[in-house]
Amino acid sequence: MSPAILGLGLFTIAPILFAIFLSFQKVQLLGGIEYEFVSFRNFARLATDDRLWIALKNTAEYVAIVVPAQTILALILAATLNAGIKGQNIWRILFFLPTITSSTVLTLIFMWIYNADGLFNQALAWIGLPTYNWLSDPQVALKGIMIMNIWSTAPFFMVIYLAALQDIPRSLYEAAEIDGANGWQQFRYITLPQLRPVTFFVVAMGIIGTFQLFDQSYIFSGGSGGPNNATLTVVLLIYQYVFRDLQLGYAAAIAFLLALIIIIVTLIQRRIFDQDPT
Amino acid sequence: MKFSIYPLSYRWILYILLAVYAIVTLIPFLWALSSSFKPLSEIIAGDFWPHHFTLDNYRQIFLEQPLFLRWLFNSIFIAVCVTVLNLLFNSMAGYALARLQFRGKQFWFLLILAVLAVPAQVTLIPTFLILKSFGWLNSYQGMIIPGMINATFIFMMRQFFINFPRSLEEAAALDGLNTLQIFWYIVLPLAKPAIAAQAVFIFMGSWNNFLLPVVILFEPEMFTLPLGLNTFKGQYISYWNYIMAASMMFTLPVLCIYVFFNRYFIQSVTFTGGKG
Repeated sequence: MSPAILGLGLFTIAPILFAIFLSFQKVQLLGGIEYEFVSFRNFARLATDDRLWIALKNTAEYVAIVVPAQTILALILAATLNAGIKGQNIWRILFFLPTITSSTVLTLIFMWIYNADGLFNQALAWIGLPTYNWLSDPQVALKGIMIMNIWSTAPFFMVIYLAALQDIPRSLYEAAEIDGANGWQQFRYITLPQLRPVTFFVVAMGIIGTFQLFDQSYIFSGGSGGPNNATLTVVLLIYQYVFRDLQLGYAAAIAFLLALIIIIVTLIQRRIFDQDPT
Repeated sequence: MKFSIYPLSYRWILYILLAVYAIVTLIPFLWALSSSFKPLSEIIAGDFWPHHFTLDNYRQIFLEQPLFLRWLFNSIFIAVCVTVLNLLFNSMAGYALARLQFRGKQFWFLLILAVLAVPAQVTLIPTFLILKSFGWLNSYQGMIIPGMINATFIFMMRQFFINFPRSLEEAAALDGLNTLQIFWYIVLPLAKPAIAAQAVFIFMGSWNNFLLPVVILFEPEMFTLPLGLNTFKGQYISYWNYIMAASMMFTLPVLCIYVFFNRYFIQSVTFTGGKG
């Protein structure tokens, strides 16, 4: 059994320690690798890096919109499926489809749909909404990725919610019915409180996943984070610092900042879920 | 268990809601599929169904991009290796943490919990440097070894084994089996649901992984499909008929697996969800 633990040590824990070391170094990648100790200079630089602030703002906006939207959509879909629908399994298998499709393929399909006179704009025009140049307009490029990811992640959480809904004891609803509670009241006062632990899990997974947005931005913008930095995310910025600018030490410092933000946000979320009396 | 909180007369609203969402789910795929059968001239026109159904796009991607099959092989090979190694190591480590007594057990457990909180991006740069110094960039082992163990699933397996009835193992020990035999013949066969859940997640994760290959693979022969597909997009800008045909080819293998094993996919999600 110990080889497994050794493996974990070598390929997970050692890199974390190595990353701490790196974040205090200036790294030169010329043939060999040279290190120069720069103390906290990498961390001091974080505050003055304009592109980092843009990336943080984009990522925060993305998390703030996508996490609630996908959680609510997942809950609505699960509650609908659980309301005594025929063929529940078939709907579930169908809805789950985007979840099994690779992010690369989904991004390519959506880039094609988002084309200037593509399917999405045709649909928008048909219902009388304004159309946009989704791929090259900095105002909407990130929103395009948001729509795509809400669409593709919600079914995953829907399956989790559905399983949790089916675990709620039926007697609770029967008792409520006797007391004269209507459908909405039952949902509000039985279903939602019963789902709290699952919702905590869904939101936590959502936060961790959305903060790490990379594939979609990279493919959308060809690695640049464009148009005009509109799709630049923190992970994409880390990638750029490593492979465009070869500033590995600084990139490691950004990675730690991201880790710190994710941990803090998750802890805050945990407190909210622990206290808020429902 | 099903129950109804809505009167029958409202039921049809739910069906309409589901049908609308089913359309929203399916349309992108159908649009991609129909585009992959269109000649270029119809791609620009933007009608939903092809007027002149053609298989040329598929023929073209195999002719113009001879590496396509190689990418397919790379993706499958790497995903299978990563999955097998992970199942072995995560299950063993999880079992060790749940059952065996060894020095520093508590320390290792806390360490694994700590590792869970660290996003993959933190270890990405060190992993890159370590692989570079081993000379493993652009190689299969570079793709397989760093991903052969996963703290999340060690934790999941530990939780699973902790709730496992001890009596079976004790009976096996009385019959003279050693720890390794107990693990192999008694525990693993009974841990099938947990292992299936793990296998689905790890295989899909590796199959779809974009960040690690984009960082460590740079020769087209070594590309996995997601990376190849992205290159393809760069080469055939606005040839959406080719890009969609390639995308469909990439989706097909997983779709086939999904059609037959969708039960396991959905179970795997509920399994991790329930344990969280």
